[in-house]
Amino acid sequence: MTLLEPAPARTGTTETLSMAAALNRALSDALTADDRVLIFGEDVGALGGVFRITDGLTARFGEKRCFDTPLAESGIVGMAVGMAMNGMRPVVEMQFDAFAYPAFEQVVSHVAKMGNRTRGAVRLPMVIRIPYGGGIGGVEHHCDSSEAYYVHTPGLTVVAPSTPQDAYSLLRAAIEFPDPVVVLEPKKLYWSKGPVDTSLKAPIGEAAVVREGTDVTLIAYGSSVQVALDAAVAAEAEGRSIQVVDVRTLTPFDDSTVMAAVRSTGRAVVIAEAQGFASVAAEIAARVGERCFEYLEAPVRRVTGFDVPYAPPKLERFTLPDVDRVLDAVDALHWDD
Amino acid sequence: MTRDDVVLLPREAPVQLIDAAGAKVPDAEYRPPTAERLRDGYRRLVIGRRINDQCNALVRQGRLAVYPSSHGQEACQVAAAMVLDDGDWMFPTYRDAVAVITRGVPTAEATVLLKGDWHSGFDPRQYRIAPQATPLATQLLHAVGFAHAAKLRGEDTVVLALCGDGATSEGDFHGALNFAAVFQVPVIFFVQNNAWAISVPLSRQSAAPSLAHKAIGYGMPGERVDGNDLAALLAVLGEAVGRARAGAGPTLVEAHTYRMQAHTNADDDTRYRDSADVTAWLDRDPLVRLRTHLAARKALTVAAEEEFAAEAEAVATSLRDALNTETSPDPEDLFRYVYAQRTPQLQEQWASLSAELVREASE
Repeated sequence: MTLLEPAPARTGTTETLSMAAALNRALSDALTADDRVLIFGEDVGALGGVFRITDGLTARFGEKRCFDTPLAESGIVGMAVGMAMNGMRPVVEMQFDAFAYPAFEQVVSHVAKMGNRTRGAVRLPMVIRIPYGGGIGGVEHHCDSSEAYYVHTPGLTVVAPSTPQDAYSLLRAAIEFPDPVVVLEPKKLYWSKGPVDTSLKAPIGEAAVVREGTDVTLIAYGSSVQVALDAAVAAEAEGRSIQVVDVRTLTPFDDSTVMAAVRSTGRAVVIAEAQGFASVAAEIAARVGERCFEYLEAPVRRVTGFDVPYAPPKLERFTLPDVDRVLDAVDALHWDD
Repeated sequence: MTRDDVVLLPREAPVQLIDAAGAKVPDAEYRPPTAERLRDGYRRLVIGRRINDQCNALVRQGRLAVYPSSHGQEACQVAAAMVLDDGDWMFPTYRDAVAVITRGVPTAEATVLLKGDWHSGFDPRQYRIAPQATPLATQLLHAVGFAHAAKLRGEDTVVLALCGDGATSEGDFHGALNFAAVFQVPVIFFVQNNAWAISVPLSRQSAAPSLAHKAIGYGMPGERVDGNDLAALLAVLGEAVGRARAGAGPTLVEAHTYRMQAHTNADDDTRYRDSADVTAWLDRDPLVRLRTHLAARKALTVAAEEEFAAEAEAVATSLRDALNTETSPDPEDLFRYVYAQRTPQLQEQWASLSAELVREASE
């Protein structure tokens, strides 16, 4: 649990990087650290990926370490399974959230299950990177929040960073992890900047309290963390002290940090961009309800996307959780009872 | 058509080195295996047939939950195992138990899946065999990745991936062949075309001249072979293995064979095919053919036949023993292998189930 720890002593050099650059640095450092690490996918070679996350890696590490594949996501993930079975640590890129769906059978039936199927004899140390989520004016099939599909699949570990530092640290941790990890990269935050210390580790499975407060706990991940932080600042102006928890790892979920946070305030709102029905936000709300009932002053509320296919660019602002919607949810938390 | 295209195309008729009557068929390209190798192959066919018969009997007795039989396809099963070196890898399907056992997996481990104790019963690394795949064609991509990793490290491992005719319609079949050819990895795609995908005939899977003809579309050689002729299978697959090991890339081999029994015990094949179609294939039985051939060459003594039969009976006994032994899988195994390190949630769920079991036991 990382409740309000003081800023850690920094042993490496801290630089200001965009999340995209931090991810690029993580890949580059992993390639340097471990010659079993391989990167492949669509357009990851000469182009450096459509979001430039793999920029320069082929030039620096060679075609054997970072290479383009035929355009077939199931092929990319299926080939990664075989490589992981044979001693490699593949890191594959799915170009967009919705373009990862052709690989779904490989992910659900093999990536997630090989370790269990073989009683641990064959674990698959592989990483599937997926730029996910909306807020960038993208057209259909480019803005899905697909995390629930992966989180619902036992055997997968799923992380979703919200800062350049966590993007760096969680991707490094994912590549070193003994099991397959889905790294959901909030594409809306690719160009957001922040300090990155490459010596810092972010353990998989740990949420972080990123803002202290005493009245309400906002629980968020990925691009919704910034919405939560903005809402906390706005609420402060109205006299409410808001705590924000960044979930960071969706599975395994850090019940301990999240429940301790909610118990400390007695009120909770879960914020996520994905459609809310049967979602990660729904699961978090249910867990908080089960585990913190005696501490709660009000029912747990959710602020999520609507249960509609992702909106076209001109309508997406109506579905994305924003500060006003979060403040409305906070206002509804039975303050006068 | 260019010269290269011709090389990539399969022959007009499947390669055959021993005909259905057991007579040698001369071939300008493929050399038949030695009599000694064929006799060893025959021994494995006898054992393989006994495994199929015994497993079917065990299903009827309720000892096996299900058995997808390879009865009639034993030559393919045995050849797949025989052409690989110890360091090579095999990626089998659910119908390939005979190939898995022929390659060395003990019967007790090979039947764990079918018995219902666990999803796979052997350590893949020990036998260099991937878990038998139940989803169709997905394992072909794993074979490609496995071979790709070996190639990147400069190893000479060859990977043989099995699938059936139905699986060639799946997207992953296309993806695997395309990736294999693009990256020139040492994989042999071995399609056992047994004419049926449960109830659907080959004509509903593909309008191609043959499944082997698909190879040219990927830029790899394709070959058709009589799937009930062990000599031809060993020759054709052996050449593909040699080419892969030499760095010449993948090959698609289509074996023409026939599923003599229903898809599994849960299937009723009288609903979709004539028994006459099945009996017509009895004349092409892989065991009878090879036995006739070896006997005519005086390469199979009565003593050897008795020895093979006894060995097959011992394997059948080991199957019966394995399946008649009551096993009680540990419920904690449900939580033990999902992740390398058990998550707090799984620990909590096991604690809950465990407490429930203790309560039940005390009642």
